[in-house]
Amino acid sequence: MTTAIEIRNINKQFVLRHTRSLKEALVWLLRGRKGDLSKKFHALRDLSIDVEHGETVALLGLNGSGKSTLLKHISGVMLPDSGTVRTGGRVAGLIEVGAGFHPDLSGRDNVFLNGAILGMTETQIKEKFDSIVEFAEIGEFIDTEVKFYSSGMYLRLAFSVAVHTDPDVFLVDEILAVGDEPFQKKCLAKIKELAAAGKTLVVVSHDLDLVAHVCERGVLLEHGRVIMDGPVGDVISRLRGN
Amino acid sequence: MTNGRTSPTQQDSGRALVAPGTGNGLVDVFRSRFLLKLLVRKELRIRYRGSVLGLLWTYVKPGVQFIAFYIALGVFLGLEQSPTNRGGLPNYAVYLFSGIILVNFFTESLSTATRSIVNNSGLINKIYLPRELFPVSSVWVSAVHFFPQLFVLVVASLFTGWRPGPLEAVTAVAGFVMIALLATGLGLFFGSVNVYFRDSENLVDLILLIATWVAPVLYSWRMVLDKAGEAWFAVYQLNPITIAVECFHHAFWLPTTAGAEGSPPNLVTVWVPVGLLVSLAILFLGQWTFRRLEGRFAQEL
Repeated sequence: MTTAIEIRNINKQFVLRHTRSLKEALVWLLRGRKGDLSKKFHALRDLSIDVEHGETVALLGLNGSGKSTLLKHISGVMLPDSGTVRTGGRVAGLIEVGAGFHPDLSGRDNVFLNGAILGMTETQIKEKFDSIVEFAEIGEFIDTEVKFYSSGMYLRLAFSVAVHTDPDVFLVDEILAVGDEPFQKKCLAKIKELAAAGKTLVVVSHDLDLVAHVCERGVLLEHGRVIMDGPVGDVISRLRGN
Repeated sequence: MTNGRTSPTQQDSGRALVAPGTGNGLVDVFRSRFLLKLLVRKELRIRYRGSVLGLLWTYVKPGVQFIAFYIALGVFLGLEQSPTNRGGLPNYAVYLFSGIILVNFFTESLSTATRSIVNNSGLINKIYLPRELFPVSSVWVSAVHFFPQLFVLVVASLFTGWRPGPLEAVTAVAGFVMIALLATGLGLFFGSVNVYFRDSENLVDLILLIATWVAPVLYSWRMVLDKAGEAWFAVYQLNPITIAVECFHHAFWLPTTAGAEGSPPNLVTVWVPVGLLVSLAILFLGQWTFRRLEGRFAQEL
């Protein structure tokens, strides 16, 4: 087994600035409210994790425990203040379905645009185009502008593009509940198929039953620290026990 | 942050561990040409969506601007040469239009590039991709809007007796490249600063307001030399927009006149290389600033 994700002692602090305006800043300074100008928030503290290729990992924890922030560090959207993040192979995020979709473009244009944004080459998109449309069950509407799609169609197409990007490491954030029940089942089956094909999955979801279904390993975060790392069932029962 | 490794958006041949989120700036933009092409196409499709005139607006805007300036400055303020006004510029219409379209290219590029990062926050927040793509595609879109206007200029110049030679073509290309580099550099700079301070947009609007006036678009460079003297004129000439506009005058307008006015001394031999160097320096400064600031884009947007 080779390492897919290696995270060593990363720290991330957010500075929550309450104002950028010079006038307000001056007024607050004069009134002795200097402390209100900005506040620091420690999102990740000295966090280390290793993920091997082929592992399916669930990041669990309450709201604000740092799950999504950690995912953003793995995808490279955010950089740590200290420590290192390294990834092997191509990483793609199903971080928010439809980020990069433009309502005024047709479904076809959006497939190309979104595929390219997620790192696919022109030939890859052309090869997989039919399969993407078929999976999304969009059919003849592919040349219609996306703004006329129902929300279900929109999500199905976006999800379909994302699962066809074929990366080595898949980052999934709260998107498994897509579309109606039959399509949700289809998505889940697709995700499991990817896992079975040896893809690495890192999943963030509050749907614990679903996570237990998809992942083998669970990592529990609290206030930006890993407090438990083990089989997903054990981690979930600890989370529920709390 | 620079490292020689492949960015994660590329197909990695092996599975060597690399740090995500650290790209190679404009080099990565070149590697993601396909995505750049799609972003430009998207922008062109949606810019004038729902409007009747559509892309024609790119002709209407400079057209109206041209007519207003021509009447106000050429006719009323007497900048155009006529039998009763020997001191004016011959073929003032061509003179004016060649400068206006170039400055408009700059104005549109910089204005959209400055807003491009904030406007694409939805993507930048969620997916890692070379973020330089957004300012670069803004400049590219403006270039697509620029070329039809250039075509109008070429036709107008041909009607007024323009017979282009190779030197004219080279100076025109140099002028265009100068503006493209300058707009990209300033766009990278102000676009990244805009994430932290939205004042940046207003500052850029201010710069664009005076851009037409600090370059010899409406008046002749000779007036600056006469009033300001040699030393200040040299300072005036350091502005790449000034040099680029003079390049366009040299290429499109000067051959249609009897050569009476002439271009500033040493335009091609000294000032064109100087303008290109200044633009390149600003591009490097813009890229450097962008790279310093982009690490925190996702959390600030």
